[in-house]
Amino acid sequence: MTKPSIPANAGIVLDCAIAATTPWSAILRKGQTIRIVDSHGQQAVDTLFYRADDLQERYSGQDTLRAQSSAYISTGSEIISNEGRVMLRVVADTCGLHDTSAGACSCESNTVRFGHATKYLHACRENFLIEAARYGLSKRDIVPNLNFFMNVPIDPTGNFTVVDGVSKPGDYVELVAEMDVLCLISNCPQINNPCNGFFPTPIQVVIYQAAEG
Amino acid sequence: MIPTTEQRAEIEANKKRYEELKAAGQGQAPRALPPPTARDGAPIAESAVLARETIPGGWYWTTRLERGDALRIVNRSGNACVSLLAWSSADPSERLNHADTIKVQWAASLRKGRVILSDMGRVLFSIIEDTCGAHDTLAGGSNAATNKAHYGNVATRNTRDNFILAASKLGLDRRDVMPCISFFAPVSVDAAGRFAWDAGRRSAGDFIDLRAEMDVLVALSNCPHPLDPATVYAPQPVDIICHVAAPAGADDLCRTASAEAIRAFENNARLSNRVAR
Repeated sequence: MTKPSIPANAGIVLDCAIAATTPWSAILRKGQTIRIVDSHGQQAVDTLFYRADDLQERYSGQDTLRAQSSAYISTGSEIISNEGRVMLRVVADTCGLHDTSAGACSCESNTVRFGHATKYLHACRENFLIEAARYGLSKRDIVPNLNFFMNVPIDPTGNFTVVDGVSKPGDYVELVAEMDVLCLISNCPQINNPCNGFFPTPIQVVIYQAAEG
Repeated sequence: MIPTTEQRAEIEANKKRYEELKAAGQGQAPRALPPPTARDGAPIAESAVLARETIPGGWYWTTRLERGDALRIVNRSGNACVSLLAWSSADPSERLNHADTIKVQWAASLRKGRVILSDMGRVLFSIIEDTCGAHDTLAGGSNAATNKAHYGNVATRNTRDNFILAASKLGLDRRDVMPCISFFAPVSVDAAGRFAWDAGRRSAGDFIDLRAEMDVLVALSNCPHPLDPATVYAPQPVDIICHVAAPAGADDLCRTASAEAIRAFENNARLSNRVAR
């Protein structure tokens, strides 16, 4: 695994591993960069953003796609809120393709997709709900999210399929915050489809402040 | 990370299970979805009509539907676009989820025979009739900024504000305004991932019928789609007919269109602790 290097003169605010299948959150300050590393490859990272001083302003996948007039997220994508404001910008991406139309897995949607026997398996929405509750947020606030490193091609006829991830160990995506944001992550526990290679693995998150000038 | 022997066994077991699930889902051959409804087809008997409404161009409208009621949205001019939000009347924290709707059905395109799902794995609406088949699930509605960028400094109305107003009148608020589904919005994704707009896919007189599969609160916004290339703001009225639809019987098209739809309807039945009927 190649560990991507952070600029030597950057101030590291936080550097932590997120265990497989678990939730995580942090406040990212305006100007800071968050790097999300798919440490072992083929691991979907479900991510939501909320404006830190007004949690009702939150990530909007539809506004994000409309603003760029295309269906996938990569370098250059502006992450747009439900109020139409730029929350973050994607400034680096070694993977190249991220989804924001498939949403998170939930116990309930798993029953529809994979059979009623899958109801009592851990799911991203469980992670989001637990983590969001720490900030006074509830299911009403959990909206369809970003899926970093998740490969969901949409063809011209509308066919829509979650297929094998293309991310390699050490692939990363970097976003710079344009406002103070709360970042919620669910390190996806799904084992019923190929989005995590059937084997959820740890990821790494680094928040840093780039050196001035 | 190299899985241990034990973990490798788990991966193999998960893969095997996925293959079994896939086989179960696909082995039960999905019924071929029917062609679009004819524009002069599917007449509504006057005795079945519950209410009529015309939503002026740019405006919004709210209603409550009981399970089994259907909503017909008629695109009188062919140039209108109608965006939908919906919540369970019994528990509005259960709501339309566009992502689950498309992921579960393996299709970003909606048409006759498809269903619209809530975030709780249940069916909110069945699309029981549809003449158009050109609906957008990916790009959302307009807001004040997109309208300004499109139309310049003219007075306009937009879907974001309409939905906040509509939610408010249903006892909900800004937190409850989630991503929407837009009817009569011919957006597709090309091979490079770019959105394309094909106005030829919608026509005057197009309509869609949504049959409520649980009691729902509904908000509709009748505003031009933000990817509609028209540079003049000229929103057109749409006609609404609420009517009593035939209930979803055991062989109902939408209920049986796929293994996923069958399971989602089973979840609806479990909600009321009643057997499917």
